Amino acid sequence: MSTIVYITSSNGLGKSAFEAVTYAKKLGSDVTVVTTGSSDSTTLAMLGEWGASKVLVDRSVNSDDTQQITRIIATAVEQTGADTVVFSHDLIAKSIAPRLSVRLKAGLVSGATSLPTNDGGFTCSVNVFSGKAFGNVNVKTAKKIISLLPNSIQPEAIGSACAVEEFNGGAGETRMKVLSTKKPEGEIPLTEAERVVSAGRGLKAPENWGIVEDLAKELGAATACSRPVADIGWRPHHEHVGQTGFAIRPNLYIAAGISGAIQHLAGVNGSKVIVAINTDAEAPFFKAADYGVLGDVFEVLPRLTEALKKFHATNN
Amino acid sequence: MKILVCISKSPDTTSKIAFTDSSTKFDENGVQYIVNPYDEWYALVRALELKETIGGNVTIITVGTAADDSVIRKALAIGADDAVRIDADATDAYFTASQIASYAKANGFDLILTGKETINYNGSQVAGMIAEELDLPFVSLATKLDISGTKLTLEKEIVGGVQVVEVELPVVISCAKGMAEQRIPNMRGIMAARTKPLTIIAPIEVTPLTAFVSYTMPAPKTACKMIDPNNMDELVALLHNEAKVI
Ligand SMILES: Cc1cc2nc3c(=O)[nH]c(=O)nc-3n(C[C@H](O)[C@H](O)[C@H](O)COP(=O)(O)OP(=O)(O)OC[C@H]3O[C@@H](n4cnc5c(N)ncnc54)[C@H](O)[C@@H]3O)c2cc1C
Ligand SMILES: Nc1ncnc2c1ncn2[C@@H]1O[C@H](COP(=O)(O)O)[C@@H](O)[C@H]1O
Repeated sequence: MSTIVYITSSNGLGKSAFEAVTYAKKLGSDVTVVTTGSSDSTTLAMLGEWGASKVLVDRSVNSDDTQQITRIIATAVEQTGADTVVFSHDLIAKSIAPRLSVRLKAGLVSGATSLPTNDGGFTCSVNVFSGKAFGNVNVKTAKKIISLLPNSIQPEAIGSACAVEEFNGGAGETRMKVLSTKKPEGEIPLTEAERVVSAGRGLKAPENWGIVEDLAKELGAATACSRPVADIGWRPHHEHVGQTGFAIRPNLYIAAGISGAIQHLAGVNGSKVIVAINTDAEAPFFKAADYGVLGDVFEVLPRLTEALKKFHATNN
Repeated sequence: MKILVCISKSPDTTSKIAFTDSSTKFDENGVQYIVNPYDEWYALVRALELKETIGGNVTIITVGTAADDSVIRKALAIGADDAVRIDADATDAYFTASQIASYAKANGFDLILTGKETINYNGSQVAGMIAEELDLPFVSLATKLDISGTKLTLEKEIVGGVQVVEVELPVVISCAKGMAEQRIPNMRGIMAARTKPLTIIAPIEVTPLTAFVSYTMPAPKTACKMIDPNNMDELVALLHNEAKVI
C-alpha cells in the first residue's frame, strides 16, 4: 500500500502537515509527500520524522492554481502507484481534492475526523449538519482521497529526516494569475490554532478588544469573533467563526460575550474544551460549554489574564 | 453573459438534527427547507447584480426531486430568469457535479457559480468537481468578484488572509461571505416566479463514488462547571489539571 500526502509549504510547515503525514502513516502504508511552494529542503526533510519516506517537491508552481496542482498530484499518484491521497482539510485542499477526485475517479472523504474502519470496506466519519452530527462515508472506489480535518489526530514523531527530491509533475499552463496576497505576518492562522479566544457583541465596541488580545497573547492563542462583530466591521472577516464563517476545532475555545446561537456553535462545537463567559445565566453558550463564568467580560478577562500570568510564572 | 448558479436546499439553520431508519436517514420530520444560504446570499445575488450591470441571463440548476421545487421557486422569486432541475436524488457530490457539468457542457455558460458549501453535508466538493469535469479554472471561496470584458478579478480566502486573482471566462467560482448582500424577495418577484420556466431533465447515468452509510450523534456534553468570576485562579487550575489544555 502506498499513500501520497499533499502539502503546501509556502510558509514553512504547520501542525496540520504533521497530522496529515501521521494519518497517512497510520493507514499502514509507505508515505510519499508531494509539495509545491518555496520551503527549503531542510525543512521539508523534517517530514520524515512524522513518517514520510520521501518528499517530492515541484517548484514550478507558485500559486494555488487548482488545475496545476491537480495535475502534479495525479502524476505522482501514477508514478508511485499510490492508492490513497491524504490532504489536510484546509482551504487549499478544499479546492484541489474535489478536482483530483474526478480526475482519478477516486471517492473523496471531505473533512475526515477519524481513521477509516473496514465497515463496508472503507468508511470514515466526517462532520455533517455543521458539526451537529457525524456522517459515516463509505468510499466505493479502489483509489481513495481523504481530506483530514485539522486537530483530529495527534501528530506522532516516529522517524528521522527523509530524502527530498525535486519533482516535475507536469503542472502545465495556468489560467489564473495571482495579483496580490495579503497575509498578516506572524499571526497564527485561526484554523491551525490550538487555542482560540473569541469575543462577541458583549464587548460593546471595537476599541475594547485589547482585553481579548491580551488574553490571547498570554495563552498563545488566535483571536476569533462572532458574525455580527465581523459584519459591523469591528473585527476582520477572517476572524468570523460559525456556520457562515470558519469552522474550527481547537483544544481550547474561550467565548467572551457571545450568546452561543446555534449558528455560532456550528463552527466551534468541535473544540475539545469550551469556556463561556457571559453576564446572562440563560445564555445558550453555557449549555455547550465545559466551564462557565457568569460575569462581566470587562472584569473577568483581565482577571483571567492575570491568573494565567501567575500560572506561567510559577510553571516555567 | 450566461450565468449558471447551482442551488441546493438545506434544512433551516435552527432545525433539530435527528436520524431515523437505524440512523441511516436524516429525519425530515418537521424540518423546514431553505435555499442553502451560501447559494442564495452570495452566488445567486452576485449573479443577479452582474446581470443588472452588464446584461445576460441567470439560470439556476438543482439536482433534486420534486420536493425541491419550493426552494427553486424561492430562488426564482429573488430574480433568476429560469430554472433547471435534474430529476434525481443528489446521492453524492460526484453524482451531483457530473449532472451539472453535463448540462453545462451541452448548454454553454460563461460563468458557473456555487455556494461555498452546503450546510447539511459541508463537503465543499461540488464546485471543484464541476470544474474538473469541464476542464475549467476554479476559484474557490471568492469574497469579491469584478468583471471587465471577459476578465474577472476576484478576491478569495486563503489560509489566514486574502488573495487577489485574475481569470478569463469561462470559469467556475464558489462564493463565500462578502460576495453580495442577502436580498429579500418582494411580492412582485414571488408572483413572477410562479410563471418562470422550470425545466425538468432526466439524469445521465453516473455511478456515485461514495455513500453515507450511517450517522452518529456526538456524545452529549456533561453539565457546564460554573466558576466563581472572582476566582480565575480556579479556572486556570482546572484548565491545567482537569482539562489539560494549558
Ligand atoms: C443563516 C445564519 C447563519 C449565521 N451564521 C453565523 C456564524 O457563522 N457565526 C456567528 O457567530 N453567528 C452567525 N449567525 C448569527 C447568530 O444567529 C447570532 O445572531 C450571533 O452569533 C450573535 O452574536 P453575539 O453572540 O456576538 O451577539 P449577541 O447575540 O448580541 O450576544 C451578546 C452576548 O454577550 C453577552 N454580554 C453582553 N454584555 C456582556 C458583558 N459585559 N460581559 C459578558 N457578557 C456580556 C450577552 O448576555 C449576550 O449573550 C447566523 C445567523 C443565521 C440566521
Ligand atoms: N444537489 C445540488 N444541486 C445543485 N447544486 C448543488 C447541489 N449540491 C450542492 N450544490 C452546489 O455546490 C455547492 C457546494 O456543495 P457541497 O459540495 O455539497 O458542499 C453548494 O453551495 C451548491 O451551490
